[in-house]
Amino acid sequence: MSEYIEHDKDKISVGIVEKKLFTFAESPDEMVLESGARFGPVSLAYETCGTLNEDRSNAILILHALSGDSHVAGYYTPEDEKPGWWDNMVGPGKGIDTDKYFVVCSNIIGSCMGSSGPCTINPRTVLPYGLDFPVVTIGDMIEAQKALIDHLGITKLLAVVGGSIGGMQVLEWCARYPEMVSAAIPLATTTKHSALAIAFNEVARQSIMADPNWNNGEYYYGPKPDMGLAVARMIGHITYLSDESMRLKFGRRLQDKSDFSFNFDADFQVESYLRYQGKKFVERFDANSFLYITKAADYYDLGKQHGAGSEVKAFSKMAAAFLVVSFTSDWLYPTYQSRAMVKAMKKNGLDVSFCEIQAEWGHDAFLLPNERLTSVIRGFLERVFNKSQK
Amino acid sequence: MSSTNPKNNQMRFDLQIIASWIEPGSRVIDLGCGKGELLKYLITHKNVTGNGIERNESRVAQCIEEGLSVLQGDINEEVLDYPDNTFDYVILSQTLQQVYEPDTMIRSMLRIAKKGIVSFPNFSHWSCRWQLLSSGYAPVTRQLPYEWYNTPNIRVITIKDFRKFIHEVGFSILKEVAINTQSENRYGKAISFLPNLRATYGLYLIGNGT
Repeated sequence: MSEYIEHDKDKISVGIVEKKLFTFAESPDEMVLESGARFGPVSLAYETCGTLNEDRSNAILILHALSGDSHVAGYYTPEDEKPGWWDNMVGPGKGIDTDKYFVVCSNIIGSCMGSSGPCTINPRTVLPYGLDFPVVTIGDMIEAQKALIDHLGITKLLAVVGGSIGGMQVLEWCARYPEMVSAAIPLATTTKHSALAIAFNEVARQSIMADPNWNNGEYYYGPKPDMGLAVARMIGHITYLSDESMRLKFGRRLQDKSDFSFNFDADFQVESYLRYQGKKFVERFDANSFLYITKAADYYDLGKQHGAGSEVKAFSKMAAAFLVVSFTSDWLYPTYQSRAMVKAMKKNGLDVSFCEIQAEWGHDAFLLPNERLTSVIRGFLERVFNKSQK
Repeated sequence: MSSTNPKNNQMRFDLQIIASWIEPGSRVIDLGCGKGELLKYLITHKNVTGNGIERNESRVAQCIEEGLSVLQGDINEEVLDYPDNTFDYVILSQTLQQVYEPDTMIRSMLRIAKKGIVSFPNFSHWSCRWQLLSSGYAPVTRQLPYEWYNTPNIRVITIKDFRKFIHEVGFSILKEVAINTQSENRYGKAISFLPNLRATYGLYLIGNGT
């Protein structure tokens, strides 16, 4: 996902939030990962907004995408230049109303934003894990979050919400813990990556691994594979936009010049934009985490894992009410993929609402302020919340 | 047939009659549910479990905002995915005249639900007959307000045609009422004398006859 984060135009915000750390699976009770490897201790960075009600029935877990983190909304300090990544959706009176709901967002395992990942220190070697960090799956991410939700004393989540890789986690939560999830909102997501999506991820990974600074993942005390990661991010960015959005946003316009430079500087605005996005990304993201998380996304296959190859069977285990949303210009996870999951839900008699929102901004549309998205999420959550209170 | 006792005179007259046919607490799907007016009424007043299918994005969004379970799609396609007898009632309100394969649709409807409710504008109303006879142009009425070249209504159905059709596809008519009302009108009356000539709409409750 891209970075569009801006201050709320009406200055509405959850205010100051705090990043917390939850550590579990200490030796000898390590987490057993899907690969069979044992891993521990596990730390998860998480944030909460709003207040958990007395009967603990208003908790919503938000699941972030590839480059996101636990900082879903609000500010760490009053001086912060920007709020959390979904500040336009999460806050008082917003689509996910923190006056009504208790919102939890945790950084996924494998990431580099505070949770255990390849850049964290291996207690045994007192060095960063690097490639010694085990390969984690979407399922492993859910198992770690489950431990956090248990720790917070929540036995049933009102809703799990997320877009893109966050949407995969939404589906995985519903498959693993159907009794713990009342409602689910998978946005701009898929039950399994297409060859196209895997191909883009592979090119991005190759870009990182081809950077000599990558050094088989051991770069934490030397120069980092910034060029490789920046190019990986540039590739990602192309998949998050769309032909239409790039045409509108850049066209063939030149950057700060009236004619070609006849060299290999950035002439076009789109080149300059991608270079800027790549450069900004390396300041905050770890190249190894990018490898691990994209691999987890590529491996994800709901039907294979939970239905012996059948998505219909996989959804038969689920019990949540669903709101599925896709966006017209999303070519990374096109609408047909959302429709396929809606079909499987219907075949199982699940309560499903589905809307394909007209949006020109490609895959990234789910992150951008969008009144329609906000209002359908608000209406859906109100319904499931009122039902749960009966 | 004038035994309808609509509680909610805010809703369109034909929808009030449809609502009166539905048993409280049942499972209902509305094909082409629009802005969800009928579903909302049925959920509030009849405690039904309601679902809807609607093609238009903004209407779908409006339904979901209002707390309805509605999905965006083409009714011809979407009706196929539900298991047999998922619903007690399936409603096709003022849409049959836009369906490409009415017999397939009716069969699908009575596969996914025990009973079907179908309504349509009656093409043999005297005003249609009179327009065609007197002017020689294809009729344009309040119920069917389009020219032949821009109408979404690809089928012309009369009350007599529909009765014949239901028997031909092997189902039974469990209830029928012919009404005289205007398209968005909250008021109207049931027509029992010469309905095929005098009614603007036909409303039918159909089933397997068992």
